[in-house]
Amino acid sequence: MTKQQANWSPYDNNGGSCVAIAGADYCVVAADTRMSTGYNILTRDYSKLCKLADKCVMASSGFQADVKALQKHLAARHLIYQHQHNKQMSCPAMAQLLSNTLYYKRFFPYYSFNVLGGLDNEGKGCVFTYDAVGSYEKVGYSSLGSGSTLIMPFLDNQLKSPSPLLLPAQDAVTPLVEAEAVDLVKTVFASASERDIYTGDKLEIVVINADGIHREYMDLRKD
Amino acid sequence: MNFMDSKQPESGLLGPESDSQRTLYPYVTGTSVVALKYKDGILMAADMGGSYGSTLRYKSVERMKPIGKHSLLGASGEISDFQEILRFLDELILYDNMWDDGNSLGPKEVHNYLTRVMYNRRNKFNPLWNSLVLGGVKNGQKYLGTVSMIGVNFEDNHVATGFGNHLARPILRQEWHENLSFEDGVKLLEKCMRVLLYRDRSAVNKLQIAKITEEGMTISQPYSLKTHWELSAFQNPTQGAVGSW
Amino acid sequence: MSKSVVEMPPKGGFSFDLCKRNEMLSKKGVNPPSFRKTGTTIVGLIFQDGVILGADTRATEGPIVCDKNCEKIHYMAPNIYCCGAGTAADTEAVTDMVSSQLQLHRYHTGRESRVVTALTLLKRHLFNYQGYVSAALVLGGVDVTGPHLHTIYPHGSTDTLPFATMGSGSLAAMAVFESKYREGLTRDEGIALVTEAICSGIFNDLGSGSNVDVCVITKAGKEYLRNHLQPNPRTYTSSKGYSFPKKTEVLLTKITPLKEKVEIIEGGDAMEE
Repeated sequence: MTKQQANWSPYDNNGGSCVAIAGADYCVVAADTRMSTGYNILTRDYSKLCKLADKCVMASSGFQADVKALQKHLAARHLIYQHQHNKQMSCPAMAQLLSNTLYYKRFFPYYSFNVLGGLDNEGKGCVFTYDAVGSYEKVGYSSLGSGSTLIMPFLDNQLKSPSPLLLPAQDAVTPLVEAEAVDLVKTVFASASERDIYTGDKLEIVVINADGIHREYMDLRKD
Repeated sequence: MNFMDSKQPESGLLGPESDSQRTLYPYVTGTSVVALKYKDGILMAADMGGSYGSTLRYKSVERMKPIGKHSLLGASGEISDFQEILRFLDELILYDNMWDDGNSLGPKEVHNYLTRVMYNRRNKFNPLWNSLVLGGVKNGQKYLGTVSMIGVNFEDNHVATGFGNHLARPILRQEWHENLSFEDGVKLLEKCMRVLLYRDRSAVNKLQIAKITEEGMTISQPYSLKTHWELSAFQNPTQGAVGSW
Repeated sequence: MSKSVVEMPPKGGFSFDLCKRNEMLSKKGVNPPSFRKTGTTIVGLIFQDGVILGADTRATEGPIVCDKNCEKIHYMAPNIYCCGAGTAADTEAVTDMVSSQLQLHRYHTGRESRVVTALTLLKRHLFNYQGYVSAALVLGGVDVTGPHLHTIYPHGSTDTLPFATMGSGSLAAMAVFESKYREGLTRDEGIALVTEAICSGIFNDLGSGSNVDVCVITKAGKEYLRNHLQPNPRTYTSSKGYSFPKKTEVLLTKITPLKEKVEIIEGGDAMEE
């Protein structure tokens, strides 16, 4: 019998885009809900957002099986942390844990592109952006995933943040108020779904502020 | 632990194919499984062909099996790997029964177990060459999910594997609704299976439909679908277009 | 082996001389530029009075949509149209080329073009190029012998069918045809079915999207329904709108006229031919 399958690959790309924006007293984290492989849509309603702690939400795109494994791992680590410290992990602590977890698999990486959004210990918005092997940076806003090449320049233009090289360090949070940030997120996703074939179906937006976590949805193009 | 001295059981990872114990490509395979939620539970359909490459080698392969009391598993891909998975699940259900605590594993738990097994095997570069569909009902909760051989998994109101993703899901997306009756659900599945029969070369006209509800599950006897080949354009295709080969 | 080298006259067409070089370059990691592919859904069917063709309007370049409203139903002759999938440049070039050959043939004979003629010209060209001209076509038309529908694959093989689909969305569209097509459809039923098949491609295949184009060809003539259906409007527009205030910084506005810098000879020697 001749071999009929292409060479097996342990990875797949399930597409999708993630955005996070930090403000003075809030953080917006958003992702579309399309899951695809190749030219196929697997499902139109798959949440890429994962609540890791009370004030910490992760949005991930890339390979769904790796993302799921990563989320389960972090959830387990967070449970252990709660038992040991009797409190929720802070967002900056979770950011370091995520980095370490990703780097732990440096030579068989989690093919996942994550942004972590939440509130820091002062209640200020913070966003951490990652590559697949754990390099991370604290920023004011970030976009990752298949539509990031379309979204990032738009965010840069609207929310240009001070260079991280400036001394003394400048605050990275964006000047927008919460409603403006949500509106910006809706706009960038509507635009990305016009031009990126892997972004679409539905937008899931999570807003984290002093009142807790608030979630809303918006329809995107389904083609 | 000293990594340098520890013997690597997966030393064949980069070695020649001959001494490898891993599934590098499938031998006997089954094609699509299609499943959907309907008013009272889950319906699932699969044909009974077992292909050896492009040869139709087996014609009575049962690719849908009951798992425990509340779940139904359908599989496409390597048949022997599927039967191995059934062994894992038998053990899982048995050990769960031995607690004798009145609890039993529901479809959600079984699906989750399967996602971990599939993902774990892909991590070892030794995949179980299947796409699995798991449906079930427990405590009035309908559940339908799927897992691929590399561990990609999701839930939906209707799912399909392999060619079914290309041919059946467009139909399901258009025609599926929450309140499908049993009859309409079967009709919709048969519509999908007929299109697959026409267009998937490894599909055969001998299929089973399985039903699972709160009351329990039934897997139908094998039967075949009515097909239609009598389009006049099929009789003499080049009539009136001589020279079109 | 005997040394019987047959002298062949030089042939026209593509040169494959650089294939070896390109292969070597791509092995070293130098990739050729990408080009616009129409990851596509195109369909056609025969109804009681003739042929209906349909197409989506998305053109992609990798994962990016580069044209949201392109035309994929190409003119071949007044009574023949052709849907194209594959590399946009190839489908356009090959249909243009054959349509001009058909025009010349009509001038020569003074008769209406036949669909088989178009089919033969297309498949001969594609076969000559061994699949390197990546055009997958659905050809439909009505001529003196009646309505005809064909598919043509990039390697030059053809099919004669009552209903046909092509492109990356062909399976999604075929699922609709296989479950709903019957013979003797009316015009309205035919258009509805073609539209449904294209929509199936648009919504289920990521390579296809945007709008539905339809072309109805009957003995009486053709009707091109450009953007027959527009099922994908923009989903959100901010009420306040966005401006892009930060422009490239202007550093200098001094203008240096070139005339002072060069010597201009009036009425100099004219250039030789």
